[in-house]
Amino acid sequence: MIALEKRPEPSRAWSFATPMLAVLLTMIAGGLMFAALGKNPVEAIRTIFWDPLFGEFAFYYRGQLLIKAGPLILIAIGLSIGFRAGIWNIGAEGQYIVGAICGAAVGLAFYPLESFIVFPLMVVFGALGGFLWAMIPGILRVKFNTNEILVSLLLVYVAEFLLASMALGTLRNPDGAGFPGSRNFRSYPAGFNEEIIAGTGMHWGVVAAFIAVIFTYVLFARHQMGFQIKLAGQAPRAARFGGVNPARLVLFCLGLSGALAGLAGLFEVSGPAGQISIDFNVGYGFTAIIVAFLGRLHPVGILLAGLLLALTYIGGEAAQSALGLPAAAIQAFQGMLLFFLLAVDVLTNYRVRLGKREAV
Amino acid sequence: MDLSAISPTLLIAALMVAATPIILAAIGELIVEKAGVLNLGVEGMMITGAICGFAIAVESGSPLLGFIAAAVGGAVLSLLFGVLTQYFLSNQVATGLGLTLFGLGLSALMGQGYIGIRPPTTSKVDIPVLSEIPVLGPILFNQDLVVYFALLLVVATWAVLKFSRAGLILRAVGENHDAAHALGYKVVRVRLMAIMFGGACAGLGGAYLSLARVPQWTEGMTAGAGWIALAIVVFGAWRPFRVLLGAYLFGGVTVLQLNLQAAGANIPVEYLSMSPYLITIAVLVIMSSGKAKAALNAPACLGRQFHASS
Amino acid sequence: MSALLELTGLTKAYPGVVANDDVSMTIQHGEVHALLGENGAGKSTLVKMIYGLVKPDAGTMRLLGEGFTPAEPRAARAAGVAMVFQHFSLFEALDVAENIALGMENPPKMRDLAARIREVSQAYGLPLDPSRLVGDLSAGERQRVEIIRCLLQNPKLLIMDEPTSVLTPQEVAILFKTLEKLRSEGTSILYISHKLEEIRRLCDAATILRLGKNVGTCNPREETARAMAEMMVGEVLHVPERKPHATAEVALELRGLSLAAPSAFGTALKDVTFSVEKGEVLGIGGVAGNGQDELTGALSGELPAQAGQIFFEGHDIGPLGPNARRALGVLAAPEERLGHAAAPDMSLTENAVLTGTVRKGLSRKGFLNWRAAKDFTNEVITRFDVRTPGAHTAARALSGGNLQKFVIGREIMQDPAALVVNQPTWGVDASAAAAIRQALLDLAANGAAIIVISQDLDELMEISDRFAALNAGRLTAPVPAAGLTVDQIGLMMGGAHDLEAAHG
Repeated sequence: MIALEKRPEPSRAWSFATPMLAVLLTMIAGGLMFAALGKNPVEAIRTIFWDPLFGEFAFYYRGQLLIKAGPLILIAIGLSIGFRAGIWNIGAEGQYIVGAICGAAVGLAFYPLESFIVFPLMVVFGALGGFLWAMIPGILRVKFNTNEILVSLLLVYVAEFLLASMALGTLRNPDGAGFPGSRNFRSYPAGFNEEIIAGTGMHWGVVAAFIAVIFTYVLFARHQMGFQIKLAGQAPRAARFGGVNPARLVLFCLGLSGALAGLAGLFEVSGPAGQISIDFNVGYGFTAIIVAFLGRLHPVGILLAGLLLALTYIGGEAAQSALGLPAAAIQAFQGMLLFFLLAVDVLTNYRVRLGKREAV
Repeated sequence: MDLSAISPTLLIAALMVAATPIILAAIGELIVEKAGVLNLGVEGMMITGAICGFAIAVESGSPLLGFIAAAVGGAVLSLLFGVLTQYFLSNQVATGLGLTLFGLGLSALMGQGYIGIRPPTTSKVDIPVLSEIPVLGPILFNQDLVVYFALLLVVATWAVLKFSRAGLILRAVGENHDAAHALGYKVVRVRLMAIMFGGACAGLGGAYLSLARVPQWTEGMTAGAGWIALAIVVFGAWRPFRVLLGAYLFGGVTVLQLNLQAAGANIPVEYLSMSPYLITIAVLVIMSSGKAKAALNAPACLGRQFHASS
Repeated sequence: MSALLELTGLTKAYPGVVANDDVSMTIQHGEVHALLGENGAGKSTLVKMIYGLVKPDAGTMRLLGEGFTPAEPRAARAAGVAMVFQHFSLFEALDVAENIALGMENPPKMRDLAARIREVSQAYGLPLDPSRLVGDLSAGERQRVEIIRCLLQNPKLLIMDEPTSVLTPQEVAILFKTLEKLRSEGTSILYISHKLEEIRRLCDAATILRLGKNVGTCNPREETARAMAEMMVGEVLHVPERKPHATAEVALELRGLSLAAPSAFGTALKDVTFSVEKGEVLGIGGVAGNGQDELTGALSGELPAQAGQIFFEGHDIGPLGPNARRALGVLAAPEERLGHAAAPDMSLTENAVLTGTVRKGLSRKGFLNWRAAKDFTNEVITRFDVRTPGAHTAARALSGGNLQKFVIGREIMQDPAALVVNQPTWGVDASAAAAIRQALLDLAANGAAIIVISQDLDELMEISDRFAALNAGRLTAPVPAAGLTVDQIGLMMGGAHDLEAAHG
């Protein structure tokens, strides 16, 4: 008989080991899934995890790595702050879209003005868009005690329709011969989020992601706000006793995560995606949830997890073209990763005892 | 715009169809939450049910077998959630989200070969004579079996929760798992059963979308129906008949906006399409603000981990 | 005829602790048998084994001469063993009849059950309405639900875990009548308590546990309370010393404080008025659930009040939050240690930061000084003799007594001008409790105003200068504690707000 026994303290060793164990288990289970799809599992895993970094076309893929990791990290950092406080913003995808729309709209409004001020203004409005979109569940939670999980998620669907309306209507390229989608920022240098170092994939969004990682690290390691966030998540009553204002915390966490998601959207739409189109968003807002958990809500962990998940996106594309692996397989693979992580996480807080049976 | 093209009778008949997947999923989730478990994976279980049901119905030619497969598929997926949260003591919010993400991926993977196919039709029950009654006939006596099944499920859930011992134990486990444990009830077992019931119901709701309401398979076709079902449970204050009411309200808005789109209303299509989500949010806000009454009905142990230490 | 229940050599070990070590005892028919011991002596583990919640590692149990190995509570109940828990195993959102049905193997139809409940509750003098929600009942009424749940099964042995800790003296008297009636009908009762006078009044035999071992059985009517206390604790107890306070300068004052109930089953505070002088200890008694948590929250600043209702040294502090009050010197230690006074998964250092930031200067411009926090933590650990591997240990890893010493110590070391403590020694062993009480008295001797909210009347009588009682969110006028009789206290706890009647 297997029994679990609560550890007096969470195990530090396991909290480092579990994410790696989860990745390993996912590779095994994923390999089985690929085998079930009739692919060679070893080859599939190699194509996803090895080839993009060290294979023949690595020069192309390596640059892609940062392009995909940037938004994932930026969004996940924001989410992790809320998750630590027990505030569940799961509508980052919506904030990402609205941030992109707001920032892009500001940029397009200035077209064709060539001024250094355009791009910074776009960044500000991108963050603002995401911030305001996230404030909707925030204010509803604070004022009416409405569940922020459901509201933030439902707003994703609203944002998607809003995006469709913008891409097909308001922001449609007037010179686009009636095709859906906005003007492309590649043809508007003042508003284009260009690669800072050519070929690396390093654009301003990646820089923002790194800054967010450092900022969050300091926040949690040294600042009182970080302490209050952790406290509110672990013991809400103790937090109130410690003087934390729950309403303020909700607004702070949702606002910040919304702003970061909005920023990610803006950097994406003005750079790699290039334009507001009906489907420029590819679900980073949801994948970032996996990134946040895989990184154990720790900024450095999120940095690594973001790179890993970016790798699965790129590897997934590679496997799609090389092996004909369906795109959906990667999505399932990512979901599996989260499951394994949650499962093995039990080892951090509990000791497994074999043999002697305790009362269950 | 020609509003006269919208027939109230057909509107109500269509509303019942539109509400059915939500009713099924929401009733399942209601049972899960009454047992004290918050499963945010409804969307994932619904879409998995949608493809399981679709695939089996297409392969076997029998919608009934399809619905059964959908229930099984949903339940199996929910078991994953059950094992993780009940035995591995994982965070319910995170695990539920994971279930949704995984379900969306898995269903897309399973549905590779089924895009663009038409499933066998789910036959309507056409009760002769009664279905001829004007207004009431088309509404009450000319629907498919699943619509009636969903209504029956609501009544059965209400009765079981209110009158049966099983319902009492379920509520007790959701209310205070430590006390239930101290009295000798198997908290984990009760919860696992509730979770699987919820999964089966969500699966059925998904299959109703792919087999009857739409009917075809597209990736991500549930389009938030699972999340709306979750919201409807809160709206319904964990009471079966209010859940039914909420689902009909949602169904009504959906059907009305579709009719307005068809009638060429002077509002952009995208804004009409948003309306069911916005109205769901509005309803959630109204419900949660009158806090005392609704909070009383929320199971006290909702979302809390149970680990028997002694 | 053999004894009702015989326990032989029962042993149960948990990792790091032997909860019961070779415990043997015998309960006769129709006997009220006391199980006596300090917190952590192993009483709970022993009764959990009898009730089938825990399986012994070694030893045997015999019920009516037959081997008795209940695999689960259901089996124990079927064999005639019933139990009333200390922390009630009740469901607040369900009604009385539903709660009772849950504790029965084959409950009758709800309507019949309701009739039976009325009948039995009348017969034993414990009136109860089967259709009321348990969440709306008082602690005493909740206990009745538990007792009637047991009585409906005609138990041979009724286990009662600390039954009087939630009752007023008058309610205790009613309970004892019920128990005596049961005894006269031949039911045996295993009565767990650490209140010696009670045991001497009620029980026919007593078994005393210390550190998991049976250290003796006696007839409590023939032993002195002091002799039993020393058997229980194993040492001579230190009685706190106190000096009468002299100043008459008001520190903290409440003027007609009213507060809505913060939650569905919470208690609203109604027109609470009192003042505490510097150097004075005000004891606030009352049965649990009469507004103790709410009053603590209102004083700590967690539940902000309207302006003009709470004053400290002339400042209107009603609308201030916890940290603003701390800055002025008004500190608090709530009842619930894990999750309220301390965050379970955080280290002691982090828990020191929880309340100590303002007064100990642990942060500058929002940035925390972890080194200073650690030093402060170590001071608390040393001065209050908190047994722990170190400041990095998680709060949940500490025993109840040690964590309580830390929580109280953390506040005292911040040199409060007024300190509010709720249940300062609840679930704490006798020596730690004595140390905490002494520390509170020392603090008062240095001029701090102290409010002790407690359900332990002995404790309140021991350390208070004045006493008041909470009843349904109202507070009686405080009266001098010296010379109060049990009857007077009982009347105050029962809501006799007329001071003269209570005191005269």
